[in-house]
Formats: sequence, C-alpha cells, structure tokens
Amino acid sequence: MTPDLECSALTKRFDQSLAVDDVSFSVPPGSFFSILGPSGCGKTTIMRMIAGFLPPTSGDIRIKGKSVLDVPPNKRPVNMVFQHLALFPMMNIADNIGYGLRRKGLPKPEITRKVGEVLDRIGLPDIANRKVDELSGGQKQRVAIARCMVLEPDVLLLDEPLGALDLKLREHMKIELKALQAAFDTTFVYITHDQSEALVMSDQIAVMNAGRFEQIGTAQELYYRPDTAFVAGFVGDSNRWSGKVETVAGGTLALRTDGGLLMRANAHDRSLATGDRAEIFVRPEAIRLARSDADLAHFDNRLNGQVTSLLFNGAASRILVQSAEGGPEIEVTLPQSGEFSDVGRGDAVHIGWSGEHSNCFGLTGAM
Amino acid sequence: MQAGARLGFILLLTPLLLWLTLLIIIPHIDMLLLSLRERVGVGQYATSPANYLTFFGEPLYLRTFMRTAVMSVLATVITLLIAFPVSFYIAKIARGRVQSSLFLLCLVPFWVSELVRTFGWMILLRETGLISTLLQYLGLASGPVEMLYNDAAMMVGLVYTSMLFMVVPLVTTLESLDDAVIEAGYDLGGSGFSVLREIIIPHATPGIVSGSIVVFMLSLGNYLTPTMLGGKDSLWFTELIYSQFIVRFNWELGAAFGFMLLILSSVIVWGMLRLTGQTLEKTMG
Repeated sequence: MTPDLECSALTKRFDQSLAVDDVSFSVPPGSFFSILGPSGCGKTTIMRMIAGFLPPTSGDIRIKGKSVLDVPPNKRPVNMVFQHLALFPMMNIADNIGYGLRRKGLPKPEITRKVGEVLDRIGLPDIANRKVDELSGGQKQRVAIARCMVLEPDVLLLDEPLGALDLKLREHMKIELKALQAAFDTTFVYITHDQSEALVMSDQIAVMNAGRFEQIGTAQELYYRPDTAFVAGFVGDSNRWSGKVETVAGGTLALRTDGGLLMRANAHDRSLATGDRAEIFVRPEAIRLARSDADLAHFDNRLNGQVTSLLFNGAASRILVQSAEGGPEIEVTLPQSGEFSDVGRGDAVHIGWSGEHSNCFGLTGAM
Repeated sequence: MQAGARLGFILLLTPLLLWLTLLIIIPHIDMLLLSLRERVGVGQYATSPANYLTFFGEPLYLRTFMRTAVMSVLATVITLLIAFPVSFYIAKIARGRVQSSLFLLCLVPFWVSELVRTFGWMILLRETGLISTLLQYLGLASGPVEMLYNDAAMMVGLVYTSMLFMVVPLVTTLESLDDAVIEAGYDLGGSGFSVLREIIIPHATPGIVSGSIVVFMLSLGNYLTPTMLGGKDSLWFTELIYSQFIVRFNWELGAAFGFMLLILSSVIVWGMLRLTGQTLEKTMG
C-alpha cells in the first residue's frame, strides 16, 4: 500500500541555519502520526513545507505516491488546522465550512448538504448560522477540523491546535480528536511540543530535535526503548545520572556514576564498552519502594536512603529520596495502593529497580 | 463624593460643549439664517429662499457643484486603489525596519505645509518644469509642454494630499488580520483573487470606509490644490464659495453654497455607509 504521505531527505535551510536536516518518514493511510519536539526544533517548518507555504531546499514530498513539490498550496490534497485555528471571523459557521467547497465550484444545494453532514459528524448540527466568536473553544476546534474534512483531503495537518485551550478541555479534546480521526478515517499529521498529546493520540510518533528526527516509533517504543538520550530525557520523566562504564558482561553492564553509585543496567543491544562515558535513565515509576531491603531482593539495583520531600500530585505523587551512598536525589513514584500514604519527610526507605528498566546511552565527545 | 464626581464630570464636559456650541453650532445656525436672507434694499433684508433659487437657477453653480462631487468621489476611488496595495505591503509583507521606514516615508511629505507640497507639483508640471524639460531633452516633445491647470493635474494633487489619510486606517485594519487566516484561505483552495475578495476586503472594510470618508471630505473641502493646480479651467465648488464671500461680498449666497456643500457631503457619506453596511461608530470608533 502506498503511504499517504512520504517525505524523503527533506531539508530546509534559512540563510545560514539548518531548520530541517535530512528528514525522511512515511505515514501509512488512516494513521495518526505525530511530530513531537521542543519549540524551535523545526517541526512547524516541516508542516509548512507539506502544506506548501515553504519550498524545501532539497528533498521530496509525495502524497499518495505523487510528488507535490510543484503544486501550490491551494491545489494540494492536504489541509491544515492552524495553531489559532484561523476561522474566518467575517463569515458564519456554514460559510466557513463551505468556503473550500465554494472554491471547488460545487453547486449550492450540494454545498449545503455537505456542510450539514459534516456538522452532524462533529456533533454540532445547530450552529450553521452562528458567528465564529459565539462558539466555545472546543466548538471552534471542531469547526476548524470540519472545515478541512469537508474537502476530504488525503492528509490533514494539525499545528498544535490544542495549545490555546485550558487544561481540562485539552484533556477532553485529545480523546475527541482521536475519535474524529477514526470517524473520518483520514491520515492525521499532528505536531506538538506536548508529549502527553502525542503519546495519547498517535499511532506513530517522530521525536524531533534541532532539525533532525531522533526516533520514529510507537508511544510504547519511545517511552520504554528510547533510541537516544534526547528521547529518553524528552519523553516522560526520568532520573538521570552520568558516569563511566566499569564492566560489560553479556547483556548487562555496570556503571559507576559521578556521585559514586554503582548501577547495573541492561545494555539493550547498545554498543557500550568498558571505560566509556555514559548516561543512565531510570523512570520514577520503575523504582520500587519498600520498608526493608529484603522485599527488594530480586532487584539488581538497591539503595537505601531518606525521604527529603514529598511531591503530592494525586495519582502522580512522588517522593525525593536521598541515597545514603551519596549522589543526587532520586525521584520515586509513590505506589497507588496506599501502603506508603503515610510516608513523610525524613523517613528511611529502601528503593530498588531492575536493570531491565534502565536505559544507558554512551556520551559522544570528550567530557 | 457623589457631588465631587458630578463636578468633575461637568468640568470635563465643559470644553467639549464650548467647542461644539461656539465653533460648530452657533456659526452654522448663523450661516443658515444668513443663507435664508435676501437683500431687498440698502440695509434692508427679508427672509426668502432666493439664494437657493439662484444656486439652482444658474448652470455654472450647479455644474461646478456636481463636478466637485464626482471628482471628489473619483479622487477617493483612485486614492483607495493606490493606497490598498501600498498598505497591504506595509502591513503584511514588509517586516521590521522596512515596515516602519515605509510607513515613515508616507508621513514625510506631511512635514511640510500643503502649500509647499503643491508648489512642488507646480515645479514638476509647469511649462518650464522638470518633466517638460526632460521630455524635450529626450526628444519626445518638440516644444514646452504645459501640464498644469487641468483636471488631471488637480487629481494628482488631490490624491497625493490625501494618501496618508487612506494609508493609516488601512494599515491599522490590515495589521489586525492574522496571517494564518490568509494562509487558511489559500490552504482551503482559494486563489489570490478569491482570498482578497472573501477574506481580506471584508476584514478591511471598516478601514476602507473610514479612510474613504476622510479622503472624500478632505477633497470636497479642499481649496488650495484645485486653485493652484486646477486653475481657471477646472473650477472647484470651494472656489465659488470663496469668491462669493471675499470677491463679491455676497455673504448670503456664500452661506447658501456652504450649506449645499454640507448637505452634499452628508448625503454621500450616509450613502457610502449604507452601501457597505457599516455604521459611523464602527468605522470611526
């Protein structure tokens, strides 16, 4: 099956700076693809090149197998939901949605029918004659998507459309967007700097940094098996130590951190040799908390220490533990079962984790 | 406290009320009474519509009146056609320093008085002026070319004088249009023309209308430019008013002319607002 969207060796150079550097990816039909990266990493540049507002310096963009480099933005089979939605304030909702159909020269009754259908689809059948500023944030969002979907594009581009919404609505819209994507069965390409938006909605995520794709994979792959230190640090929270590899034996290695802790980790097929400088990442929820060392006997990494603070945040509550052996404080997720609900500052605790759950990356360059 | 606020309100209102009554309402009432007065003997006056009848009875007056109206509308349209692309470039395409210096360039001519600016045009356009000399030098004209004292020269002067008053409101409204809205117009399949017609112009309408009203009123009431660049061959209605008041010393007829001009500008501005579906509050507010 030909992918809906395919970019090969896409590069964009602004004067001296390289905004997008040799990026290649393909998006299979009907999937939800996200580009996740910090602001300024070049993700908006990619989106604007796909939409046709920027010409790439080199490389190719193919939609349904055909190169669109010579196609102007108003003729490309892609539509875009803008960051601030860009609904036309001078028109009512029906005219907003019908705009693209009018441009295609469809007869009036058909436009009315299609607009009605798509309004039903987004669950807002009665708003055709309203003005744009009479709608709520979530309704505007859905209208902006409907305005694109009524044209049946091959690919829908979404440029951080949830950024302007408040937290509760954003959480709600994440689920709704995923449902709309399934309902329209169209390929969505979504860019965001918010990892939870990307993780919740996407089939595939590309993590982007400084103009390059660091890794493309499913949410689980990115979260549990990051390819690079950047991905490990950017997606989700991690405890992070740097140190030196002491021994490598089979699949496991031992690393002495700069703080003096010895950690065992699974190498996960990454090439690391004795004496290499490396960074190790352990997620707070991978660390088990216990009252006695004996409970943690099956873990290959065990420490004891003192709770220095409690970061209560409902289901995502954590504690900071200062190890008796030194080193920086370690973040540990509090189990939700309630057995540690009485833990407080100054308490002695034991922590342990499996080397299987840590990720180790060699540091390039002399440090 | 209540009384204090009341006093403050009255004090703040006083200058406005004084300005309105002393400079606008009283002179206009006086003008109206003056225009409805007919001299029947030495120092003897009677109330009659004679001055207005004179106005409607004399073809020169009526023709000049209509000509002034049509030419002012034309000057407004030409100003709009030139100012719109200029404003669009300043508001949407130019960035940073270029944007502010372009805007400043529109303002620079207004640092000298209108009189000097008009003399500038005379230097360019007169028989022994720059353009005439250049044409002769290039061999495109055999003798001196007179480009002053006709409608075209006057139109050039009017448009030049009014340009800034069109550019400022247009730049302001165009700047408030989000770039993404224009891009969305293209993205959804619009061509340059349809984006202009369906998105940019509807958004800029308040600016277009307020700029047009100001330019139209300035052109209609302009005295200097038509006199200096238009000369005898292209008469402007304000010149007739001037000659009645100052040359003929016929204040009664001059006042009637003044009132006709007021009615004309009110009717055309009202018509313009009705046509575009705008209100005065929306465009001027």
